[in-house]
Amino acid sequence: MVTFEEISPADFFYRNRDIAGFTNPARAIFSSIRELVENALDASDLSNIPPEIYIRLSQEDAEETQGELGVGVYRLRVMDNGSGIPARHIPSAFGQVLFGSKYKLKQARGTFGLGGTMAVLYGQITTHKPVEVKSSTGTSKIYEYKLMIDIQRNRPLILDRKIRRNKEQWRGTIVEFSLEGDYFRAVSKILEYLKQTALVTPYADIKFVDPKGRLYLFTRATKKMPPPPKETLPHPYGVDVETIQRLIRVTECQNMVGFMQKHFHRVGGGISLSFLEFAGFIKSEDPKRLKHEDVVRLVHMMKKSKKFFDDVNVEKVGRLIKTAHSRNMLEFMETHFPKVDKNVILRLLLAAGFIKTKDPRKLRSDEVVRLVRMMKRFNGFLPPDASCLSPLGEELLETGILKELRPEFIAVSQRKPSTYSGHPFIVETAIAYGGNIPKKDDILIYRFANRIPLLYDEASDVSVRVIKSMNWRRYKVTPDMPIAILVHVCSTKVPYKTVGKEFIADRPEVNGEILNGIREVARELQKFLTKREYVEKERRRLTVFSKYLPKIARFSTNLAGKKEEPNIELLLRSVKKIEEQGD
Amino acid sequence: MKNREIEISVKERRKEVLRNLRRFGGRLYNQMEKGIFPRIRMPSRSTENIFYSPELRQYILGDKTVRRSARNIRHIRPFTQLVWAGYFASELTKNRKTSTLRDVYYSAQAYDMSFKDQAESNSIVTDLETVMGFSREDFKVFPEERSAIFGDLTIEYTVPGYEGKQLNLMSHPDGVMIGPALTSSEFAQTRADKVIAIEKGGLFTRFIEERVHKKFNALLVLTAGQAPRATRHFIHRLNKELDLPVFIFTDGDPWGMHIAMVIISGSANAAHLRELTTPDAKWSGVWATDIVDYKLPSDPLTEVDIKRLHELEKDPRYEGELWRRETQKFLSIKKKAEQEAFSRYGLTYIVDEYLPAKLEETD
Repeated sequence: MVTFEEISPADFFYRNRDIAGFTNPARAIFSSIRELVENALDASDLSNIPPEIYIRLSQEDAEETQGELGVGVYRLRVMDNGSGIPARHIPSAFGQVLFGSKYKLKQARGTFGLGGTMAVLYGQITTHKPVEVKSSTGTSKIYEYKLMIDIQRNRPLILDRKIRRNKEQWRGTIVEFSLEGDYFRAVSKILEYLKQTALVTPYADIKFVDPKGRLYLFTRATKKMPPPPKETLPHPYGVDVETIQRLIRVTECQNMVGFMQKHFHRVGGGISLSFLEFAGFIKSEDPKRLKHEDVVRLVHMMKKSKKFFDDVNVEKVGRLIKTAHSRNMLEFMETHFPKVDKNVILRLLLAAGFIKTKDPRKLRSDEVVRLVRMMKRFNGFLPPDASCLSPLGEELLETGILKELRPEFIAVSQRKPSTYSGHPFIVETAIAYGGNIPKKDDILIYRFANRIPLLYDEASDVSVRVIKSMNWRRYKVTPDMPIAILVHVCSTKVPYKTVGKEFIADRPEVNGEILNGIREVARELQKFLTKREYVEKERRRLTVFSKYLPKIARFSTNLAGKKEEPNIELLLRSVKKIEEQGD
Repeated sequence: MKNREIEISVKERRKEVLRNLRRFGGRLYNQMEKGIFPRIRMPSRSTENIFYSPELRQYILGDKTVRRSARNIRHIRPFTQLVWAGYFASELTKNRKTSTLRDVYYSAQAYDMSFKDQAESNSIVTDLETVMGFSREDFKVFPEERSAIFGDLTIEYTVPGYEGKQLNLMSHPDGVMIGPALTSSEFAQTRADKVIAIEKGGLFTRFIEERVHKKFNALLVLTAGQAPRATRHFIHRLNKELDLPVFIFTDGDPWGMHIAMVIISGSANAAHLRELTTPDAKWSGVWATDIVDYKLPSDPLTEVDIKRLHELEKDPRYEGELWRRETQKFLSIKKKAEQEAFSRYGLTYIVDEYLPAKLEETD
């Protein structure tokens, strides 16, 4: 017999923890640190205070493997100085899967409201111990909770709750819980993750104490933070039927023109009208039904926009209407005033009250489907602006790279905002050469999405494929050179391929921006390499001349039977002069 | 480069070499004193600048020249090497020491002037020959010696420790090696009236044993294969200074034929040099026609032999009647024979029968 049952989101992720990056003990410990650090950083971005993050991983019951601690139970504590969590949200934020503050349309590191709770959930199922959370939003109180997750019901269970006085006006959040992990196999990824996080967050102080008591310090290089992102409305290109269904359930708008204006990104009255006309959501009055006062109103409106309608009066328009064959006012206006722009006519008719649109709350589901389809087809929408994005900026990117990689040369570039499927995105690229960058057989690639380092599945990532497809010899780059390339994609919706947020999918628009961004910085590198090659060549030239000219002088003096050698200083100087000129 | 028609004695020649080297150094010195980068111009030795001169009956260099300047980053190293080679040559000549190409290669290292390889150092020595118009033997740089001479010629040494000492070249029955000491000697006296050059050591010894030098009143020269430059210059001197006709005996194959030709007309590699050729020398055998006429035991020509013969057909040095005839003959009979082939008629046949006939035929 088949039985059917419902499972909660917590239960779902409990059963499918692989998709959230908790595949094995090593990966789980890495993912836990990563999720909590990202939450901490997001919390600081929110409060616009340079983050200070303290991570401590200590061992509770782990076995030793080759001098390191391997599989076993660890305790993880992450502390930040961010915005803090309002007391009433603390239990849900950590005890309920898919509860969060990040479902709004603006750039954030996390997007699913999943990561932090997944880490806690994983800790609970491997150790059956509660999570301890302390947080304050800077008020006079600090809230402390001991929580567990009721997995089947996806609800937090509050085991203990304390309120302390916040004498020092501390603000931030501390999360601490136990989990099963494998530090030995995760250590290199964790350190790499922290290093790259420090690189892309140069204004953060990050301290990490590992189970052996070693302290890793990533000191901030600046206190300047990128401007925080603004929240934004969905762009018509990026919405689906479900989004519209939800909107019509809550909207207060009574007509479609207002609905479009109010709920969508960069849609004004004019665009709203012409889109609705294009989509067939507009009905205009039958000219035959117009009464005298209607005609007077229409002519009055026409006279107001003299620019388009000169020489009109009530009699004339009234006559036209009486003899008209048009079925509706839009058709009528277009037939008799062919020189006037359709948008002007639409605005005029709307203002005069001859246009009716549906009440959005009464849209049938087939109409919703048609609306969404037409949104994708209409090409009169403005592209989304990028105020909802928070790229790092060229200056901070450079600071971060100089701080973590100490290269000899660096070039950074921020591309103009662009969009894919209605989602705005910005690509930032950088190339660094020499210094502390190791010489590998290949170019070192650092990938970031919304300021998160992407460490896994490099080969599948769009940036890697773009870099591999380029002809690097054109830029004087050979594989043995110490070169690192950095690609940062920020978007309200990064096109990840998996929930684990490991690599970015191929989207032609994203692909193109990455390619152009890398080309920009690669050209800068080429200039640098060309110049260096020139200086090097000149240096070698000078060495050659200063090696051989004295010998020529010596041998020919001897051959000629002279006593004094000729003065070759002049000749050597003339060679040097060339170098200075060329420099 | 002008052709020095007048023969000069060995001592004078040495002085001339030193004068030229001094002039060379002086020119570079003055350029540097004036604050300009030293430079030289010399005839180009590229193949398109090598021509055969029917008047001189040897290869010469054309009018094309190359410029080497210390101003040019690609030139300065070979330029310095060239100046060093001149310096090294002048030291050798002044101190009356001799050296070899290999020696030159190693000596450079003492001056922090390392050559990449032997080929590079050889090419610099050739450059010096081209610039100065003297051969490397004049600069006391000699190849490994293997050729010899035997006969009634008295020479007077000029090398240190032997100055004025005389030697008759019949004093040693194996012959006397044609080395630096011999090539720098003056000729004092001879009763011989011809020179017979022989390709192979076996036959050279046979000739001495059979007293060919007496019977034919000849000086015997062993070329030991392709004659070294020193030997070619020595034969030139025997011909020019003592007015002795020269007869050359080689194997009857394209290679032997060409050994004779290089003694007579020189090689393209030495187009920048004079006094290495003996245009009036005669190739007396073994000819292709001899193989037929004397019914000599023979081997079939190999593919390489035939290819070589076709090359020689196009060679301007082979335009003379004898050369054309013999080249054609080789190609038609497709056979070759060594000098030793005459032994089928007994050990003395070559001296008793063949040699007199051939000397008469080619005289």
